[in-house]
Parts: sequence; C-alpha cells; structure tokens
Amino acid sequence: MSLWLFIQSLIDGLLMGGIYSIMAIGLTLIFGVMGIINFAQGALMMLGMYVTYWAFTLAGIDPYLSLPLSAIALFILGALIQKGVLERVMDAPDHNILLITFGIMMIIENTALVLFSPDFRSITVPWLSETIKMGDYVVSKPKLIAFFISMSVALLLYWFLQKSYLGKAIRGTANNKIGAALVGIKSKRINYITFGLGAAIAAIAGSLMTPIISISPSIGHTFILKTFVVVVLGGLGNVLGAFVGGLIIGVSEALAGAAFSGTLNELVIYVIFVLILIFRPKGIFGGGS
Amino acid sequence: MKKKWVLIGLLLVFLFTFPLYSTNYLLHIGIITLMFAFASQAWNIISGYSGQFSFGHAAFFGVGAYTSTVLLVEYNVNPWIGMFIGAIIAAAIAFVLGFLTFRYKLKGAYFSLTTLAFAEILRVFVKNTDFFRKTMGIMIPLDINPFWYQFQTRVGYYYTILILTIIITVIVYLISRSRLGFNLIAIRENEDAAQSLGVRTFKNKMIAITLSGGLTAFAGTFYAQYLLFVKPETVFASDISVSILMPAIVGGVGTVAGPIVGSFIVTPLGELTSQMFSNLAGTNLIAYGVIIIIIILFMPEGVVGRYHDWVNRRKKGNKETQEQKESVTS
Amino acid sequence: MTLLKLEHVTKRFAGLVAVNDVSFSVDKGEIVGIIGPNGAGKTTLFHTISGYHVADEGVIEYKRKNIRGLKPEIICEHGIARTFQIVQPFGNLTLLENVIVGAFNRHKKYSEAKAVAMEMLEFVGMKKRADVRMKDLTFPEQKKVELARALATEPELLFLDEIMSGLNPTEVQEMIEIIKEIRDRGITIMFIEHLMAAVMSLSERIIVMHHGEVLAIGKPEEVKENPAVIEAYLGGAV
Repeated sequence: MSLWLFIQSLIDGLLMGGIYSIMAIGLTLIFGVMGIINFAQGALMMLGMYVTYWAFTLAGIDPYLSLPLSAIALFILGALIQKGVLERVMDAPDHNILLITFGIMMIIENTALVLFSPDFRSITVPWLSETIKMGDYVVSKPKLIAFFISMSVALLLYWFLQKSYLGKAIRGTANNKIGAALVGIKSKRINYITFGLGAAIAAIAGSLMTPIISISPSIGHTFILKTFVVVVLGGLGNVLGAFVGGLIIGVSEALAGAAFSGTLNELVIYVIFVLILIFRPKGIFGGGS
Repeated sequence: MKKKWVLIGLLLVFLFTFPLYSTNYLLHIGIITLMFAFASQAWNIISGYSGQFSFGHAAFFGVGAYTSTVLLVEYNVNPWIGMFIGAIIAAAIAFVLGFLTFRYKLKGAYFSLTTLAFAEILRVFVKNTDFFRKTMGIMIPLDINPFWYQFQTRVGYYYTILILTIIITVIVYLISRSRLGFNLIAIRENEDAAQSLGVRTFKNKMIAITLSGGLTAFAGTFYAQYLLFVKPETVFASDISVSILMPAIVGGVGTVAGPIVGSFIVTPLGELTSQMFSNLAGTNLIAYGVIIIIIILFMPEGVVGRYHDWVNRRKKGNKETQEQKESVTS
Repeated sequence: MTLLKLEHVTKRFAGLVAVNDVSFSVDKGEIVGIIGPNGAGKTTLFHTISGYHVADEGVIEYKRKNIRGLKPEIICEHGIARTFQIVQPFGNLTLLENVIVGAFNRHKKYSEAKAVAMEMLEFVGMKKRADVRMKDLTFPEQKKVELARALATEPELLFLDEIMSGLNPTEVQEMIEIIKEIRDRGITIMFIEHLMAAVMSLSERIIVMHHGEVLAIGKPEEVKENPAVIEAYLGGAV
C-alpha cells in the first residue's frame, strides 16, 4: 500500500467512523439505561435511510432537510416500541428481551423488504456529487458533512446527558433504578425517551449515509453487527468508549478495504471482533457509564 | 404418566403412516417440519436447557451442508460418512465459539451476537472462496441410490429425517434426566447458585454448545441431499437460524417435546405464508417476528410449558378438593 | 482436627478493605457463629472462602489443602456448601429438581440423586411439596429448600448466611433444631446470624467481626463479656 493510499483511506475511514460512533452511542445508551441489547437498532437505521431516500426521490427534499424528519419519526417509533412491547417484558429474563428485539428487527426488516423490494437503491444529489480536493487527497462532500453532523450529535448528546435535567435523570436511572425512582424520576418515561433517542440517533446515522452508500432493506443486518463490534470494543454501556471505538473501526475497515480486494474485506470487521473476544472481551475501556 | 406414553404412541403411529395418505406437497412440508424440529432440538440443548440463546445456528447447519457436499463432489466421500465429518467440524467450530464467549461470565447478549457474527463470518468466507465455488453454490450430481443418500421419492427423505428426529429427541430426553441436563438448567436459572452446588458452569456450557453445534450439522447434510444443491445465501442465511430457533420458542424452550410441537405449529405456517405470498419474499419472516413477540409477551414458557402448567394446576386442584373431602368426612 | 484454617486473609474492593487480615481455624464437628454489625465483612468473608471472591492476600486451607483462588464449584466438590443471604432459587424448577441439582454433586445416576434429594427434602420438612415450583414458595420456605439443596451436595463444612432472617419465632425454633441435627450428623457448621438468641444457643464458638477485622473469638459467654465487643458491637449501650 502506498503512502497516498494509506492516508486517503485513513481520511475516508475516519469520516465513516464518525457515523459508526453515533450508531454505537445509540446502542450503548439503550444498554446502559435499560440493560437491553437492541437487535432492532440496525433496522431502525435502515428506516431512517428510507425516509431520506423517499423524501428525496418523491418530493426532492434535500437529505439534510429530511434528517430532522427521520430523527423525529424514528424517535416516535422508538418510544412506541418501548411503550407497546418492551415495557411489558422489562422484568423478564435477558434472553426473552433479546428475542423480542430480534422479533422487532425481523418485522421491520421484512416489512421493508415487502414494501420496498430487495433492490439496492441510491440517490444522486447534484450539489453533493463533486468532491473536495485537499492537496493530493480527495474528500467526498457527503462524508465530510456526515462526519461533522455526527460529531455535533455526539457533543449535543454529551451536553444533554451531563447538563440537562432530563439527561441527568437518564444517567441516574442508568446508575441506580431504585434510587432514581426514590427521588421521583419516572423510570417508565425515562425508558420511552431513552429508546426513542436511541432510535433517533440510528435514524440520523441512516439519513447521513443515504447519499454515500446504496441502501436495501437488509442493510441494517450488517450494521447491527458492525455496531455491536464497536460497542464491545468500547465496552458495553460506555458512551465515550463507543465514540472512540467507532472511529477505530471506521479506520480499520477503510485500511483493510484498501489492502484486500473483493468483498473479502467484509471479513475484516469480524476478524477484529474475534480478536477483541480473545484479548479484550470487556472492551478497551471497560464497561460502565 | 400413562396418558403421556399413549399420546407419544399415537403421534409415532401418525408420523410413520403419514406418507400413506399424504400428498407429495404435504410430504414436502412434513420433511421440512421434521428437519427444523431436528435442528431446533439440537438448538434446544445449548439455548433451551442452558439458556445461552444462539441466533446463528445457520453456522453449524451450513457447515454440515457444505462439508458433506464438498467431500462428495471433490473427493467422492459417501454423504452418510460426510454427515459425520460435517458434525465433527461443526462441533469443533462450536467449541471455539463457546470457548471465546464462555471464558468470562459475559452477558447473554454477547453469546447471541457472537453466534450471529460467526454465521456471517462463514457466509462471507464461503461466498468469497473459489474452493466453495463462491456465490454460485455447488450442485450435487444426481445418483439416485439410498447408499449415496439419494432417494427416488420424497418418502425416503421423509423416513430418513423422521428417524433422525426420533434419535435426537431420545438423546435430548436422556440429557434432560441426566446430571448434564440438570446442570444446564441450573446454569440457566441461576449461575451463582449452580456454582455453589458444584456445577462446573464453563465445562457444562462447553459440552452443550459442542453437542448442539455438532448435531445441527446433521440437518445441514440432510438439507443438502434433499435439495441436491447448496449455496451460501441459503444454508448460512439468518433465515435458517431463525427457522431453527422458532420451533423451540413456540413449543417451549428447555422441554423435550417443545421443538417438535413447535415445529409442527410454526414451520408449516411459515411455509404456507411464503407459498401464499410467493411473489413477496419475507412475509414468512414477518409472521415469525410477530409470533416471537406474541409468544414472549403472553406465553414465554411456550405451548408445552403452558400445558405442563395447566396439568400441574389441575393436579393441585384435584388434590385440594380431595383434601377438603377428607377433612369433611373426618 | 482442623478442618478450615485462614491465615491473614485480606479482601479489598477498589480501595475499601472489606476483610482485613483475618485468621482463625475451625475444627471438625464445631458450630461456629459469626456476628458483627452490618458491613463488618461477614458475607464477604463467606464469599471469599467459598470462591465467589478471590482473597488478595493470605492463605485459606481446607483439610490442609490450599483452596484460595479455586472456583466456587470446585470448592463445593471439595466439601464446602453454602446458602445465600438472599435466597438464590432455581425459580422455574420444582423443589425436588432444585435439590436434585445439589445431589448430582456426588451422585451420577438420576435415581440415586433423586433418592438423596427426597431424603433432604424430608429432613427440612418440605417433602410434601416436592412437586411445587420454587417460585411459588414463601421466602422462609425457599430458605429451607436452599438448605436442603446445600446438604444434598453432601458437604463436610456448611456455611449458612443469615438463614433465620425473615423467619417467625416458631420457624426460628424449627431451624435451630434442624441445624443441631445437621451438626449431629457430623457436619461442621459456620453461620452468620443477627439473631442473638439463636447465636448464643447454637454456637460453640463465636467470631466477632468489625470493620473487616476479627475483633474477638471465643465461647459465647467469653465473647459476651469481652469489653471490646461490647464497645464495638453494642456501641457501649450496655
């Protein structure tokens, strides 16, 4: 690999890594507060993609304008899933909750398959199609924008969790459910908001990726595994770990993509996963909030 | 107790005579139903009994299918032998997977996602490897002869899978009454308590996953010989994993009868849904998703578990009324 | 004969010393009570001996073999059984099945394990309800089954962690009789208990813990009059 290719891949990987970071933050946030691994996270992301896709294709709405739309729509859907289904099994054994989210994933994915067909679709947004040249290196516009929006979302979320009353309540619930209930935090409502937020973040990630990659109903499947690898790398429930983990995975994937040909580079993510399981199964930064 | 054996006898008579009055299409549904009952029974060992939920049993299924097929096509190894070699390889993979995830007492979700990832790893690996003919898949040359695991009609396949299913059910029944079975259930119910009673949690989980993975491979070989064709997108797909876990969940995880009863409910349902909406792929999986949620919400112990509960309550009820009578007469 | 010997055992959690330089030994056939205020490190001590925690320092010897660092299940195989402060039932299993899990520790055959389990259920007076699911029992009943389950592993040394908490006076009396009978069967017993009357009437020796340290060891009457114990345990209120 030449130095040029190395640096070019590094740039691409870092930019994509930002999106992985927020995906992972969404997953780890839900886990931290409710102890649930949400299998449906990738499927929710895929819905976010289709919101942006259809808004652009049918109404010509710019992807970044439909982004709030997809975030709000998925926030509502997420809160509804929590209220309608998950809330009833919060005290059930872990594996039952896991199965429920797995079932939700199957329903969402396959409904999308029936409605949208398995075809791969992509959008071409004129003002995004030209690339930015930085010396010898090329930066794609939508990737750059996605990176900055991702970073902003991560910072905003950090601020929200640290400073706002609601954010503090969410963190309180994550640390100590009973304690939080004693000081009057309504944990049910916290759970709706947390799951909604997780879904909204997934939707943002999805919308940001729509101008970059081809989308299909089963795309969430690959992403939930990727996101899980990121989360495990950063330590389950660790928001900062998820952030850094996302960047690491993004870069590793891009470098591997440059080094190996064909679709075999899909394997890289799993090789990393197995290595983590062997050497650092509790993540680089350990668990916790 | 007696009633149970009568019920089992009747079921066996029905299953053995089924080809006599079944249509060819019904026979196909019967074969698929038994095949997933078999695989679900294997899944039951690690997931039902010890509570470690696998979402990636397609990994072992696919290894079984590919091993016997490659051995046959490339090295002319008889599939009846290839079937056992496939099981050994699948068991070895299961062993590695178990070792990676069970060494630390990680949360159950780790295991679930790791199994999912392992199935994906194998799928991506196979579809990128020339030796496995990539995405094209491998055709098994026609050579109709039971000696080569190929039958003239579906009846032969039906009896093959029926006997395999009976064997695995007997195995699981024996496990359920053995030390291993009790140890696994104890691990599922409360790992700390199990340890305090001398249950070697790591060792037992390792035995369970290895056994489960190895046995699942038999279903894979059967599937390959039934269709005479394997392809990464079918045998390693998550649809297979889902079809394997569904019967046990619907029928009752950690029960001997659960996977069988569950498969008879859910596999024909899935088959019919996909038949009915044959132009729309995925409808059967929507149905499966809905069924999973309904079962977990309203009947987490499954159909068989619910039946046991009902019987127990009736027994208790009878006893109480009897006691009341006795107290009245005395 | 010395069955269990601890020498300078220390267990720390993130800077907090939960068990500090604890040394004592227990002879075969003894009943030893452990008392001390909440947070004195009693349960941590049990966890450390039975393998749920690994001691940071010190030696734990059982029958002259070092058992420090062994896993709980291996320690159980060596002959140490325990109950938990908060009951840890196999909720979906029947009482019989719960106890069978314990009985499989020494017996390989189902029929043998079942016979042992039945015997143990009878011993704690729960045989009649053998087919009831554990989760359908009351808390005191679950404690009895947990005791039967531990006994079914056929231990030589038994740890009981606050087995009488939550029991009413009649049930406490029953439990005291059960414990005496266990001792008469030749099983050595160590128990943590807050109920003073029970501790005084059962224990041959008492270990008093305070702030993770052993404050005093001795016969009940000696301990009762030890000024340091009165000071620490009763806060000088006597």
